[in-house]
Amino acid sequence: MIEVDNLSKIFKIYHHRKGFFGSFANLFSRKHRIVQAVDKVSFTVKRGEIVGYLGPNGAGKSTTIKMLTGILVPTSGSVTVNGYIPHRQRKENAKHIGVVFGQRSHLWFDLPVQESFELLQRIYRIPETQYRYNVEMFDELLSLGDFFQTPVRQLSLGQRMRADIAAALLHNPDILFLDEPTIGLDVVAKARIRQFIQKINAERQVTIVLTTHDLDDVEKLCKRVILIDNARLCFDGELARLRRLLSTERLLTVDYAEVYPDISIPSAHVTYQEGARVQYRFSPEEISTADLIGAILQKFKIIDISVQEPDIEELIKTVYEDNSLILPCGETT
Amino acid sequence: MHHLSLYFHFVKLRIRSQMEYRLSFIFDVCAQASISVIDFFMIALLFNRFKELAGWSLWEVGFLYGMIGICFAVAEMVGRGFDVFQRNIVRGDFDTVLIRPLGTFFQVFAHEFLLRRLGRIVQALVVFLIANSQLTVAWSLTKVGYLFISLVGGTCFFVGLFVIGATSCFWTVQSIEIINIFTNGGVFMGSYPFSIYRWWFRHFFTFIVPLACVNYFPSLFLLEKIGASGVSAIGVHLAPFAGFLFLGITVLFWRWGVLHYQSTGF
Repeated sequence: MIEVDNLSKIFKIYHHRKGFFGSFANLFSRKHRIVQAVDKVSFTVKRGEIVGYLGPNGAGKSTTIKMLTGILVPTSGSVTVNGYIPHRQRKENAKHIGVVFGQRSHLWFDLPVQESFELLQRIYRIPETQYRYNVEMFDELLSLGDFFQTPVRQLSLGQRMRADIAAALLHNPDILFLDEPTIGLDVVAKARIRQFIQKINAERQVTIVLTTHDLDDVEKLCKRVILIDNARLCFDGELARLRRLLSTERLLTVDYAEVYPDISIPSAHVTYQEGARVQYRFSPEEISTADLIGAILQKFKIIDISVQEPDIEELIKTVYEDNSLILPCGETT
Repeated sequence: MHHLSLYFHFVKLRIRSQMEYRLSFIFDVCAQASISVIDFFMIALLFNRFKELAGWSLWEVGFLYGMIGICFAVAEMVGRGFDVFQRNIVRGDFDTVLIRPLGTFFQVFAHEFLLRRLGRIVQALVVFLIANSQLTVAWSLTKVGYLFISLVGGTCFFVGLFVIGATSCFWTVQSIEIINIFTNGGVFMGSYPFSIYRWWFRHFFTFIVPLACVNYFPSLFLLEKIGASGVSAIGVHLAPFAGFLFLGITVLFWRWGVLHYQSTGF
């Protein structure tokens, strides 16, 4: 579906002057600095996958998406999407992909949602039956009917996002690019959009590439994640594997039957204690979870016990901060 | 065909949204028409004193004025998308254009339609018709066809100027206001017979920016003034096509600008 090989993008950032003479002088201006936005990134995405494309601000996520959608031309390397080279076959590629940018609507802001949709029907030459079917289905899942006649500029952020995602899927694209689809939304709206994405992926086998800052999105939607930092790819694999590789420590919370004076256990550190509830931090390499629980059970009476893996937010922060963790892509554990 | 029907659909939507505020619309159209009436009144005042200009009477100048005015107003009406392109590029809307399965030029062109320019079109048309009624132009089928081509050519010329202005935004983000010298200034210059200008000026606005080709030269033919002007007849006959050529070249410039955008982004 998507093949990216040694993809690089170098920007020349021109210095923009202001004012009448400034803007004229800009035409001839050669002052610039060079920024490497994407550096030799390679990955492939198979049909029907949901891939989380993650990285801190300015890591090169959006630039990559723009190259995959044909908005930008790569400096070097190759991209194929659906067998098309996006920047050379932009229009062909556009027929088979859907794009949503969370920060910006692709709809016509002074037109009602319905008219925007009808325009898209004409632009993509969507057959009437398919159009009706899709609108009905999206309405059912996203309740578009509530605001179908409202001009896009009057929609709330959540409504706008629902409209934008539905609009991107009207022409039955094979691939959906979602750039920060839940940005700025409340919990309910987020959940709704995630459910919708899952359903579309499961029922229509739509391949989804998702960039996000919201790690809940990743946990709920993506089996596979690709991490980039500083324009370079630093991890490509299953989310679970990333977690395994990085989670050197776990947390164990125990509710004891009574308050014990000495609750220390070898190879585990107490991180907090509140009455009979105690939390330990331990490393599975030093002591396995089973052995630790065994040791606790031997000494104390317990009511409840639970093991937590660290937040992926924490995990990803570790990757970003510790360069020694950067893995060459394709490496297996 | 697909593009044509899509274009008219866009125009329909634009007109409807502009008619939403009907009173403001009507007011605007009337205001524009009256402002341009004052515009021509100034020229008339000038003639009241001088009677003629380089062998051109007031009504002959009215003919020039009407022609260029119609072209410019129609260009503003249909070429609005390029005229306001700067606003869109600053908002980052050009990315949306690039994700659609249509050409970029067509999308920007079809995106806007300024019906309010109707006021100016009507005003210029009225001046043109009055001027015509005062002159004794021997209209023939050839002349009507030639006039039509000249008007379309002139409209293409002004749209081409808007395209240049829009394309420069790919480099400068802000549109270079210098283009207004050619658009608004072009209407002003075109309202007078070109023979009053200096030779370098005439050549510049014939061969580089072909303003004279879509207005002055066609008027020479229509008013049968070729002989007196010393301009070659073949040149005059072909002149209106320079407008089409000019637009064609600006489309190439546009494409180049889009390539630049795609390799630099913002």
